[in-house]
Amino acid sequence: MCGLCGVFGGENHWSTHIEDPEQAHYERRRARAYRAELINRVLKPHRLVLEDFQASSFVIASATGKREIVQDLGGIWRQAELMTGRDIDPLDTNFLASLS
Amino acid sequence: MNDKTPLLPVHVISGFLGSGKTTLLKSVLASEDFGDSAVLINEFGDVGLDNRLLGEIAEDAVLLSSGCVCCTIRGELSDALRRLMSQRQDGKIPPFKRIILETTGLADPGPIASTITADPVLRHHLRPGTNLTLVDALNATASRKLQPVWESQIAVADKLVISKVDLVDQAQLDEVQSLIDTINPAAQQLGQEALKQASDELFGSGPHIDHYSYSEVKTWLGPWRKPPAPDAASHLGDVQSFRLCFDGEVDWTCFGLWLSMLLNRHGSQIMRVKGVLHVKGDTRPVIIHGVQHTVHPPEHVDAWPKDDRISELIFITHGITAKCVTDSLNTFMNAVSNHPSPRIFHA
Repeated sequence: MCGLCGVFGGENHWSTHIEDPEQAHYERRRARAYRAELINRVLKPHRLVLEDFQASSFVIASATGKREIVQDLGGIWRQAELMTGRDIDPLDTNFLASLS
Repeated sequence: MNDKTPLLPVHVISGFLGSGKTTLLKSVLASEDFGDSAVLINEFGDVGLDNRLLGEIAEDAVLLSSGCVCCTIRGELSDALRRLMSQRQDGKIPPFKRIILETTGLADPGPIASTITADPVLRHHLRPGTNLTLVDALNATASRKLQPVWESQIAVADKLVISKVDLVDQAQLDEVQSLIDTINPAAQQLGQEALKQASDELFGSGPHIDHYSYSEVKTWLGPWRKPPAPDAASHLGDVQSFRLCFDGEVDWTCFGLWLSMLLNRHGSQIMRVKGVLHVKGDTRPVIIHGVQHTVHPPEHVDAWPKDDRISELIFITHGITAKCVTDSLNTFMNAVSNHPSPRIFHA
């Protein structure tokens, strides 16, 4: 939990369970940074930016300055859809074309 | 794989009304192999008929009186499981080694796993176990037409038993087999002896056993009976099953993003996804198992066999084609990952 704002931290998304809790702290931070890098690649066409917040949660920011805290991957996609008003659908050919 | 505490499995017996679930459960409870089991019965309607039939085990049973185990009453299932664990911890009931949940015939067993994995208390004590589904050979065709949940019960099954085979002729049995092979060709099918003599085979080789051997994973992935031709399967509507194969290592982070996006948008149409992956930078195979919106925590298994590091994923979908999923994953991984992407194709 973040001592300043009281936000409960720690991802509990299934995709993070593959990480070994015994591994060095910096390796987990590196995996988290890589995850954020790839998410930003997906969100960029939607003019959204993801920032890591205290290694406990994430903040999604829109081009208009709106900012929302989310805990993990499941929350990121839902929140991004709410902020843009559009579906983020990996089966949509337009979405896939926007990535390249 | 990050929790070394042994978690108790919650095995699920499902099947349409009258398919023989209670008969099987009675056989299970009469077996010495299952003497250390706690039982939960999910009954539909005001009168808990099944609970009466199983009167001798009522002491350890909790009847879920609200009917179907579905999203709207997950709380009740959660409460019942917590109550069982609390009684076990307080020594009020014997220290059982597994929980067996019999669902009502109208229940979609999919949300049960999410009830366990999403609950902040239960997930530290329990894990989803084996989904065992009974298919009534006599009424399969009629049940499928009346209730879409019939397909869901088959789709989530790790193991299947066809009941009442002695009441149908070979043509009817072949039709039921064709339906099953179309919906879930990867489920392990048990013979009639499984109904007569309950054994470890019923719930063994579930999806969440620590220290899986690769051969056990292969058993769990199933024999992959080739689905019937589209013409034969056309009467099943939009249910499709297909297998994705990966030629090369998989960037787990990138794959996780893609699958989480897919389930966020299409989770209700992804009836089942399971498989084994060769993850980049990981020396051991990783198994993945998801039902609808819920993906169970992935687990490592023992080492790959020599010369066989083929990743494969099995999908059972409703209205989503193999080509659509394959094209999406290929394009996504090529565009997003920092690493060379595997060639992905469907079988």
